Amino acid sequence: MADHIKTHPEESLEGAVVFNVPIPTDLEALTGMAPIVIKYPYHIDYVHSYGQDSPFFAGLANKKLLGTKCQSCGHTFATPRMSCMQCGGATKWVEIPHEGKVHTFTVCHFGSEAFLPECPFVLALIEFEGVDTLFLTRLMGVDPLKPSMDWVGTKVKAKFRRLSQLKPTDVWFVPVGS
Amino acid sequence: MRTVYVVAGGVSKFAKARPDKTFQAIVKEAYDYCLQDLGIDARQAFELIDGTVASYFSDHFQRQLMSGIMVQDYLGLVPKPSHRVEGGGATGGLSFQEAWKNIASGHMDTCLVYGFETMSHVETWKGNEFIALASDVSFDFPVGGFYSGYYAMMVVRHMKEFGTTVEQLAKVSVKNHINALHNPYAQKRKRLTVEDVRNSPMVAWPLTRLDICTMSDGAAAAILVSEDGLAKMEKAAGRRLPKVKITGIGRGTDAMRMSDRPHQSFDAFYAANSLDNEQDADSKAYYKELWGNGFRYPGVHSFRAGRMASKQAYKHAGIHDPLKEIDFVELHDAYTSSEIQTYEDMGLCRYGEGGTFAESGKAFLPGIDYGLDLPHQPICPVNPSGGLIACGHPVGATGLMQAVFGLWQLQNTFGKHLGDDKLQVKGARRGVVHSHAGTGTYVTATVMEREP
Repeated sequence: MADHIKTHPEESLEGAVVFNVPIPTDLEALTGMAPIVIKYPYHIDYVHSYGQDSPFFAGLANKKLLGTKCQSCGHTFATPRMSCMQCGGATKWVEIPHEGKVHTFTVCHFGSEAFLPECPFVLALIEFEGVDTLFLTRLMGVDPLKPSMDWVGTKVKAKFRRLSQLKPTDVWFVPVGS
Repeated sequence: MRTVYVVAGGVSKFAKARPDKTFQAIVKEAYDYCLQDLGIDARQAFELIDGTVASYFSDHFQRQLMSGIMVQDYLGLVPKPSHRVEGGGATGGLSFQEAWKNIASGHMDTCLVYGFETMSHVETWKGNEFIALASDVSFDFPVGGFYSGYYAMMVVRHMKEFGTTVEQLAKVSVKNHINALHNPYAQKRKRLTVEDVRNSPMVAWPLTRLDICTMSDGAAAAILVSEDGLAKMEKAAGRRLPKVKITGIGRGTDAMRMSDRPHQSFDAFYAANSLDNEQDADSKAYYKELWGNGFRYPGVHSFRAGRMASKQAYKHAGIHDPLKEIDFVELHDAYTSSEIQTYEDMGLCRYGEGGTFAESGKAFLPGIDYGLDLPHQPICPVNPSGGLIACGHPVGATGLMQAVFGLWQLQNTFGKHLGDDKLQVKGARRGVVHSHAGTGTYVTATVMEREP
């Protein structure tokens, strides 16, 4: 059957509000009763601190990509960490280049509830000259419906939000020349 | 360290939703199955069991903290000692090894390990969000947190490095779904073709819905014993029990953010990560050439944690050539791609050969029609049960479900427990069970052997 012909409606958590259900007088009949299923909403606002990583987000707000470099072994992290994963040395803040290459990518056609409205979107890991680790970001300026292995290795550059949200999505990458 | 035997296992039917029971009652199904298989009653079990390990991943799905103690009291096992273990997708594998520790250390003679997850309590996209919270919430989750997307990025790099194809991935899905046709515990039992897999809806390019396991409600349990525990169990059961012992334990880890995974040199790989069967001149020349082509280890295409877990478990069990010395593997195939990557980590083939290994036939079962043209005879069936892709992945139960299927293989009791012995690996003497968490952060490998 063609994809656009539906055989059943979408399931949803909307429904009637019920305040009572029938019960038999014979309690023996309760064994094997159909389960009662209720909707139970739960909303949370977290107070999330970026802690020692906060300068990274201040950098994004000022159109800078800040990573860290180990003061002992020189290992450079595109996503900052204040203690070197290679040697345990202390790291210092350094600027990461705004141009790099796509190391790998995917197109998400589905996802977490928070990002469903944005599907399809492209996730990518970016590699930079002189930097030892990769950087997770959104890749834009490509057609998400026409993915190709040729995207790997594409030269890309960073773009920044004019109005920062202090989230890692304040930066994203587009192909150089687009 | 004392010898540890696994004497019984139980698995609930894995299903998309089990609204008929709460999680405690689903665990009881798996526990009761263990007791019934041993032929002992709940009072005898209470006398024998020295303590338990509770295996479950997320507190979010139930919106309930301390679920473990609620299982413990439901099973009637208070006031026995217990603790909860959590390690993402590897929760079950870690818990099974914690139970092993309880016995091997001499702390207990009989230990029950039970695991569960009830993922149907939220809609799929909310479940994906809960799972994605197992990625860095400062740097990774907010970019578009989605585990299928993370694994898709890993396999795209695998394809780039080694020329792995989507058809090779699809053959893993075909194998595991067709194996599950003979496994009544499995959630998805389907005869599929490579075309079916490729034509199913795209989730995270290039992974389709049939390349990815589903969320599930389910439970599993196993009982581990020492020599003394075995003697007491046999006395209670009134019969001799098949002897299946744990001979190898391995674990590994890697960085949570896969962007942080190192890109090591040939020398560093050989010094720290190579297996016994990679020490010959031919293997070294093969890897030298890979590095010459720009390959770096582990990057994002390989699970270093899986390699380290296997290396440790093989050393413990005295395995030198895994493909020849292991009779079957139950591994964590949350994605078809992760099965292929794991072949390499476990040394069933070399890094870069996972795709060709997948379609060679070596990991298939004999005597089953897969509708595929397989050039090689089966050598070491991988996921004869159907794996996570077909059985389902109720996270805390998964690693234990795999261990139970491994136990039944080694007991030669697949026919008895599944009502069909098509999946029984004939003469299976040694199997490895592999459990894996988020993009290869925590991985366990456990070797089990039948005592002659």
